[in-house]
Amino acid sequence: MIISILSDICLLLGGILTLTGAVGLLRLPDFYSRLHAASVTESLAAPLLIIGVILDTGFTLDSAKLVLIIVIMVIVNPTITHALCRAAAHGRISPEMESETEFSGKESK
Amino acid sequence: MIENLELLIDVCLLTFLLLIVFAAIKTTNLFVATMLFGIFSFVTALLFLDLDAVDVAFTEAAVGAGFTTVLMLSALRLTGAFENVKHRHSVLGLFIVVLTGAALIYGVADFPNMGDANAPVHLHIAPEYIQLTQEKIDIPNVVTAVLASFRGYDTFGETVVIFSAGAAVLLLLGMGHAEPKHEPEQNLVLWVVVKPFIALILIFGLYVQFHGDFGAGGGFQAGVIFASGFILYSLVFGESYARQVVPASILPRFAALGVIIYGLTGLVSLLSDKTFLDYNALSSNPVSGQHLGILLVEAGVGLAVFSTVLLIFYSFSGVNHNE
Repeated sequence: MIISILSDICLLLGGILTLTGAVGLLRLPDFYSRLHAASVTESLAAPLLIIGVILDTGFTLDSAKLVLIIVIMVIVNPTITHALCRAAAHGRISPEMESETEFSGKESK
Repeated sequence: MIENLELLIDVCLLTFLLLIVFAAIKTTNLFVATMLFGIFSFVTALLFLDLDAVDVAFTEAAVGAGFTTVLMLSALRLTGAFENVKHRHSVLGLFIVVLTGAALIYGVADFPNMGDANAPVHLHIAPEYIQLTQEKIDIPNVVTAVLASFRGYDTFGETVVIFSAGAAVLLLLGMGHAEPKHEPEQNLVLWVVVKPFIALILIFGLYVQFHGDFGAGGGFQAGVIFASGFILYSLVFGESYARQVVPASILPRFAALGVIIYGLTGLVSLLSDKTFLDYNALSSNPVSGQHLGILLVEAGVGLAVFSTVLLIFYSFSGVNHNE
């Protein structure tokens, strides 16, 4: 009973985070903040959804595989975000700032 | 309830496919189009999964979404990122496309309903395959039994097709060579994360290769997964290092060796007075003969696919882009 409620909470939270991530991906102004929104979906929402599924199905061999998927996601997704960010910086995409002087990195266009 | 849910998922996925196709047609940025094609393949894989075609979904995800995207990106390094804008709207072209589409939609009307138990495909040969798999081959995965044993001819043809695709790319582009100045930037985060993951990818490739009798998988998927481990290594650490691990010159030989292993397996059974690719001849016990035959054939397929995939990647990324 408690487990099923926990699973529901995880699934709901994961769904909400996916939704906010999607909205952020659409609405945020520049590449880096959009990447931030997408990484929320990847690193938190997806593991939460999988945890919800694991709690719902019980602990079998399948859920062991799902745990493995969580481990892989938690390691790989931040790495991918990092790589994308580096690639964007390499491609001279500068973040949008309220005042241009605050950004001490490369010259903004 | 459950059936309606599946229908809902199908409709959603198909709508996604349509939207992705239109987006890919509209965009002029070829990078975006490549990514859209990758997403298209993933959605197609989900659709196959929903239709319980796990092996096909696996192949689509590995080849369509994984390898083809990498290949397209390598090709974009040679062509540039933007489409040549040339909007010529030909009336004849539109007419032909509409006509073909109408004919296809008209043909769909004759299809049996999805999941119809009386559809011809479920009546004619599928029941025999399912029954014979249990009797004669004794492996759980019917798809592998059909692919490697019952339809061994077809799979042999496919392996030869893959080999000749690799040979064609080799003839057109050559092997190329890695230039040290094109080394990727040294990035400690990527190095640390990617290193253990390459090992995991290779182990997973072996698992898929040898577990194909029992679950989803087989030589085709395993070859692509194994090659993608090396492609990842090449992307992160630099292609000259990857070429030291797997020299480009042995790849065409490996690809040929894969086809030869497949062909020789068939030839052995031909020489022992059975038909070509009849694995019963390989052992005194027909069932273990089948097991041995499927193992050998899948090994041949895996080797051929692995070498061809890596060969095409080397060819594309090794082309000299100075001229």
